[in-house]
Amino acid sequence: MKLNLKIWRQKDRKSQGKLVEYAIDNVNTHMSFLEMLDTLNEQLISKKEDPIEFDHDCREGICGQCGVVINGNAHGPLENTTTCQLHMREFKDGETILIEPFKAAGFPVKKDLKVDRSAFDRIISAGGYVSVNTGQAPEANTIPVSHETAEAAFDSAACIGCGACVATCKNGSAALFTSAKITQLALLPQSQQERKERALNMIVQMDEEGFGHCSNTEACEVECPQGISVLNIARMNYEYNRASFLKFKKK
Amino acid sequence: MKLDAKIPEGPLEEKWFNYKKTARLVNPANRKKLDVIVIGTGLAGSSLAASLGEMGYNVKSFCFQDTPRRAHSVAAQGGVNAAKNYKNDGDSIYRMFVDTLKGGDFRAREANVYRLAECSVNLIDQAVAQGVPFGREYGGYLNNRSFGGVQVSRTFYARGQTGQQLLLGTYQALMRQVNKKTVELYSSHEMLDLVLVDGKARGVIVRNLETGEIERHAAHAVVLATGGFGKIYYLSTLAMGCNGSAIWRAHKKGAFFASPSWTQIHPTSLPQSGDYQSKLTLMSESLRNDGRIWVPKNLNETRIANDIPEEERDYYLERRYPAFGNLAPRDISSRAAKERIDAGHGVGALKNAVYLDFSKAIREQGQAKIAEKYGNLFTMYEKITGINAYKEPMMISPAAHFSMGGLWVDYELMTTIPGLFALGEANFADHGANRLGANSLLQASVDGYFIAPYTIANYLADQIRIGKIATDHPAFEQAEKEVKEKLEHLLNIKGDKTVDYYHKKLGKLLYDYCGLARTKEGLEFAIEEIKKLRDEFYKNVHVPGTNETINSELEKAGRVADYLEIGTLMCYDALTRDESCGAHFREEYQTEEGEAARNDEKFQFISAWEWPGSLDQEPILNKEELTFEYVKPTIRSYK
Repeated sequence: MKLNLKIWRQKDRKSQGKLVEYAIDNVNTHMSFLEMLDTLNEQLISKKEDPIEFDHDCREGICGQCGVVINGNAHGPLENTTTCQLHMREFKDGETILIEPFKAAGFPVKKDLKVDRSAFDRIISAGGYVSVNTGQAPEANTIPVSHETAEAAFDSAACIGCGACVATCKNGSAALFTSAKITQLALLPQSQQERKERALNMIVQMDEEGFGHCSNTEACEVECPQGISVLNIARMNYEYNRASFLKFKKK
Repeated sequence: MKLDAKIPEGPLEEKWFNYKKTARLVNPANRKKLDVIVIGTGLAGSSLAASLGEMGYNVKSFCFQDTPRRAHSVAAQGGVNAAKNYKNDGDSIYRMFVDTLKGGDFRAREANVYRLAECSVNLIDQAVAQGVPFGREYGGYLNNRSFGGVQVSRTFYARGQTGQQLLLGTYQALMRQVNKKTVELYSSHEMLDLVLVDGKARGVIVRNLETGEIERHAAHAVVLATGGFGKIYYLSTLAMGCNGSAIWRAHKKGAFFASPSWTQIHPTSLPQSGDYQSKLTLMSESLRNDGRIWVPKNLNETRIANDIPEEERDYYLERRYPAFGNLAPRDISSRAAKERIDAGHGVGALKNAVYLDFSKAIREQGQAKIAEKYGNLFTMYEKITGINAYKEPMMISPAAHFSMGGLWVDYELMTTIPGLFALGEANFADHGANRLGANSLLQASVDGYFIAPYTIANYLADQIRIGKIATDHPAFEQAEKEVKEKLEHLLNIKGDKTVDYYHKKLGKLLYDYCGLARTKEGLEFAIEEIKKLRDEFYKNVHVPGTNETINSELEKAGRVADYLEIGTLMCYDALTRDESCGAHFREEYQTEEGEAARNDEKFQFISAWEWPGSLDQEPILNKEELTFEYVKPTIRSYK
């Protein structure tokens, strides 16, 4: 296949970026999208030009590191698929493809297609854990968890932290990411003690990081590689209200 | 040099207990005077950093990814072993110990393997307490499944994403400590050298991958939890960034490198489809619980799988290994697949695959049940290949996966450099010549959560009087200078070939001559070829850009430069081991039936290689003899 690519190039955080056009003509339909970019980069390096920087690592759809906006869609045209799992058979010969970084106030561009998603770490750091020290946990089967609860918790825990939800949201909201973690832990008996503080602290941190509010367009669920449900966001709102109310009553 | 494994006295069951009983401690008030550097944030690295942070040490945690949660432990699918005997099917710590030792073809230490099985029980407790959503029975209790190489159900799982869930548990524990400021996190940083002061590990030189800045960090102990180097084969199941640089540079500073040639070739990867391919994707081994492996009996079969009648299919694992069948250990299954492919029975466009067929399981259990167990794997398979595996068999092929070798460590997980520890896949311990499924997540986790916190404290106990380690020591200056020169050198070659060109060439050489099967001639040939390739690399590689910015090509160039040295050592290691064991299959040493022939009389030892000082000299072999007091080495038979 032959393709025309329009790719966002940006030298560093401070520089102004722009779209640059590239032509590539030896694209195999079995290639992954990232292998197509590898092939382009091999050509650029051979011509002594600077290759395009993009994020990627496991290339199995699980590490969450890859992610670009392709023709306006985070991770490209397929639903629930990371960029590394997108293959060129989804594109047509001669097509023009627009490739941009994930764009959001909470995700500054580092270079070309790479963005800074460390805000997600700070949201987790604010309370997305169970405060159990290592080494002396109680016997695992002393706290039964029903099959349905474990599966529901898993559905939320499956988030890979890629940030597609933020990139696709018109408000640049991190609600889906944050809510998935809050929901996973709120469902499990292991983490009830910190339920209120967790919800409040994580949501405060999310706001401080410059992410917008959720306005229920539900675009995030469509783009999420793991199909994390927007019901998590409803759950987060419930947890927030519950925590705020209980906190208010305490005073 | 005499290698002292420091195995504690006493009966097997009491060794670890005795060690902990007598290990030195650090007073809580003194812990904040001690600094520890942990490189890598996978299961081993983040569990250790979190544990040490909780205890009150000052920890610096480094990873090359943009966040610790991306470490490649995240990609492990199938599960984690623990001898809980929840299924009441005869499992015990002792049985797990025996399975693991036997699975490793008697090339691991008894004491280490026993401790692994012993600590496995606590790991499940720890992970459940952290909120890891393991699979549960309807009554609310934990569920298990069985994995290759064993006959009991001892594998705990979180759908097909066990690695991800375990990693998120420990990542969250790490981020909790970051919030408490006991751990300082440095993501997007790569370790480029180890700094020794008076023979002890005292710090590292790292590169900030965003700014190119070279930084010095000092500590009382340095821990490498950097994972394996299977990506040396280029095509592998590993993440693109997995590398051997940190352990290799530590090796060049004096840490012995053990058993580098034992790389697990995993049997259930997706086959290569073309030259452009950057990696191979692993399908979880758990699929072998319900999938049957076969190839067409006919040579040059042209019919599609579903058109080939039952009697014309060769279920070669069930035929050759009736006791274990499709659950035969990974090395056995991989070699059996290679044997059939080489004999002309391979399937797929490049004739390099075998079928993994679920039709019988779907007939018997229904598609819904299979989807519940492996749904995400079927979805992933369809995304990559465009094939619906509920309707036709998957195609799988062997691929480089896990490094059983790594830095030599004693029972305390300390390398031959005092103060330098290696955890998880970065060390050689526990697995032997072969790793059983679902034991890698386990080893990484118990090293970090339960073992190193004790053994590092034992080392740190006499470091409290040292005071802060200064980074202006000449050793730091020297190491920084060398790192900078190396980077400049790579940038200034300005040749014609890309870094990947060399990596692919090296990978092919190693796969052909130091892969699933090896011969003396092949290995000698590969050593010469790798030398030539290395010379050419330094004359003709082109690394674009500069050092002052994000530069992925420069990062890769440094790693490939190291691979070009590690590759030679792998071949030397395979060349000196005149036997077949586990992942190491020397064609000269096999039984009449084509099974591996081990030679315990001559090779019941760990090869621990010493850096000779330069690449012009041959590496120096040191041996740690293995003794088996509790389990007599037997021929591994899965028939």
